[in-house]
Amino acid sequence: MTDHAAIAPSEARTLRSYAYDPKFRGIFYQVLTLLIVLVVGWWIFHNTTENLARSGTASGYGFLRGRAGFDIGQSLIAYTSDSTYGRAIVVGFLNTMLVAILGIFTATIIGFIIGLGRLSRNWLVAKLCTLYVEVFRNIPVLLIIFFWYKGVLDSLPQVRDSIALPFNVFLNNRGLAFPNPIWGEGAWVIPVALLVAVVATIVIARWAKQRQAATGKQFHTIWTGAGLVIGLPILAFLIMGAPLTFDSPIAGRFNMTGGARILPEFVALYMALSLYTASFIAEVIRAGIRGVAKGQSEASFALGLHPSHTTRLVVVPQAMRIIIPPLTSQYLNLTKNSSLGVAIGFPELFSTTSTTLNQTGQAVEAISIMLTVYLAISIATSIFMNWFNAKMALVER
Amino acid sequence: MDIKNLSYVRSDMLNAQPAPLSTKTVSGWVRTNLLATPKDTILTLVAVVLLIWVLPGILDWLFFNAVWSGANRSVCTTVAQGGIQPEGWKGACWAFVGDRFQQFMFGRYPLEERWRPMVVAALFVMLLVPLLIPKLPRKGLTALLFFVVFPVVAFFLLHGGVFGLDEVETPLWGGLMVTLILSFVGIAVSLPVGILLALGRRSKMPVIRMLCVGFIEIIRGVPLISVLFMANVMLPLFLPTGWTIDNFLRALVGVAIFASAYMAEVIRGGLQAIPKGQTEGSESLGLSYWQTMRLVVLPQAIKLVIPGIVNTFIGLFKDTSLVSIIGMFDLLGIVRLNFTDTTWITPVTPITGLIFAGFIFWLFCFGMSRYSAFMERHLDTSYKR
Repeated sequence: MTDHAAIAPSEARTLRSYAYDPKFRGIFYQVLTLLIVLVVGWWIFHNTTENLARSGTASGYGFLRGRAGFDIGQSLIAYTSDSTYGRAIVVGFLNTMLVAILGIFTATIIGFIIGLGRLSRNWLVAKLCTLYVEVFRNIPVLLIIFFWYKGVLDSLPQVRDSIALPFNVFLNNRGLAFPNPIWGEGAWVIPVALLVAVVATIVIARWAKQRQAATGKQFHTIWTGAGLVIGLPILAFLIMGAPLTFDSPIAGRFNMTGGARILPEFVALYMALSLYTASFIAEVIRAGIRGVAKGQSEASFALGLHPSHTTRLVVVPQAMRIIIPPLTSQYLNLTKNSSLGVAIGFPELFSTTSTTLNQTGQAVEAISIMLTVYLAISIATSIFMNWFNAKMALVER
Repeated sequence: MDIKNLSYVRSDMLNAQPAPLSTKTVSGWVRTNLLATPKDTILTLVAVVLLIWVLPGILDWLFFNAVWSGANRSVCTTVAQGGIQPEGWKGACWAFVGDRFQQFMFGRYPLEERWRPMVVAALFVMLLVPLLIPKLPRKGLTALLFFVVFPVVAFFLLHGGVFGLDEVETPLWGGLMVTLILSFVGIAVSLPVGILLALGRRSKMPVIRMLCVGFIEIIRGVPLISVLFMANVMLPLFLPTGWTIDNFLRALVGVAIFASAYMAEVIRGGLQAIPKGQTEGSESLGLSYWQTMRLVVLPQAIKLVIPGIVNTFIGLFKDTSLVSIIGMFDLLGIVRLNFTDTTWITPVTPITGLIFAGFIFWLFCFGMSRYSAFMERHLDTSYKR
């Protein structure tokens, strides 16, 4: 920089020298871009306000407190058509989260099985798993959703011919109706007991790890932890005098009354998302495991480790580093694809928001809420997975 | 040291061991690939049982019990449902697909004008095939024809309204034709825009970098259906009063925006893998930024990420099916439209239609993925080990 200034002192600069100065040009281009973006943004803003004013739509988020007036078939929180639009959107959000979390769980399990199956030395198993991946990966997820929806709905009977399952569970074309648990007084102790058990397990795991590092003695953390997590809540349940009653569904002629139910739309969406995403997860898993150099497992065998220990202690931890980033994006894809529930009428976030939009005409506000929520889910998942990834990453010294 | 008294040294020859079992014969192959260990044997048995349990039903449904010809719903319904099939019959209704095939391909495009999409399809194939075969020369010219001349010709042929061709409004377009147009435009727009966005994201100018990062991350953070929905609902709001924008164009804009953001990330992956020395070397030769990118960095970067690019294309091709939710009749949309058609309304029609649509989608996507694998091998100029 200094010798540059010596050759071309600032007072001798001409317009031409400015035009060839990369620093100046950079600023010029940035200012130009910013100006264009601002002008276009202002133009869009101007047009939008004018269009909204012409159509007489009031702007603002006040409509969220209005009466929704539409029913939602499946809800995790209390909801009637008298509830507000805001609550309807919250119901949609919870349904999105429900299908996303269950879908991620199932897709991961199926994906792991299929991914490992493709690596199997068993020809038939490997080919079947390849077939699964090649079929599901190359078909639109929307088509799979419709396939399940038509398949599931068509094969289920009418309400009056419901299939009666044990424990007052009924299956028909309105969905799966099951007894709704109603928690009595003192039920709050149970989640507290669960929390205590989880914390205790974490503490025990830390202690066991330290002890093993110091003395080499092993401790059955898994069994102790499982016992605590399952046992403590049950103990709390019994001590509080079993504060639980069930509201069982009753099959009417055309509809079920009472109880809780799972919509066939939910099942279709959940199954389709799980199976579709599983095919991608299988490929991620396969790539991850193949990405671990063969020398690693050979070295592990040479040290005398059992094959299962080789997999658990040597191959999987290294494969996880390759797997986690693409796995995160598959999880995000599944969450975003859950918005396709709108096509079969499952009341998830996109569906309830667009119903709200259609009824109130508040396009800008409704879409902004929807986009914000999806972005928030994406960012939250990315942050969590980045943290997890950093924890798993190779610590280089 | 007494070397004769070492107890662990053999003093007599071992007998010859039997030759290892051949792995070349059929039984040898079965032994090594299906029954290698007890676990493998169990897995094979489970798989075989699964196949025996599932396969006959599927084959019956798809082929042996299927109806291949007929004019209306009666051939695909049982007697109780008002048809000719025996009670309890279940099978695919390919007659429905055969009857509606033209519609699945062209949507509601006027019958007497259907030669126009066929000519476009023929042109498409004629230009695409030379592009795809690596050995054929004049790639630049073909690419120019394919990406610049062909879209213009195709637009005027399909839309009409000039040179004495009747105008065919976009709401009449449909079927596989729309799926292919959406994918083509998405691919043709997303590649250059994606490259620009990727370069912008790696730019040293903070304003440009931030704009690109914001655009890419926002679009990638939300579902495609919300982008399409936004293009459908918000675009008319953004434009001055009185301007109208075609529904088809709105979908195109939505798909192109979405694909560009994903493409940008794929290409950024390639750019990051190119060592800095390449840029420095080219700068030291006196090449400008754009020359460096065009002649040195991008050719290497894009070659690296061809699988990723093709995966984005496949994703885009599948994702075009979402436009059926915003009321357009692409392949999936037109198949769904036929579910409620009284001529063919039967319990098996929906599944048959969906299987057909799924097969078409599968053919295209599988073809693309195979081609990508082929190109990867073809372009692999690194030293083979």
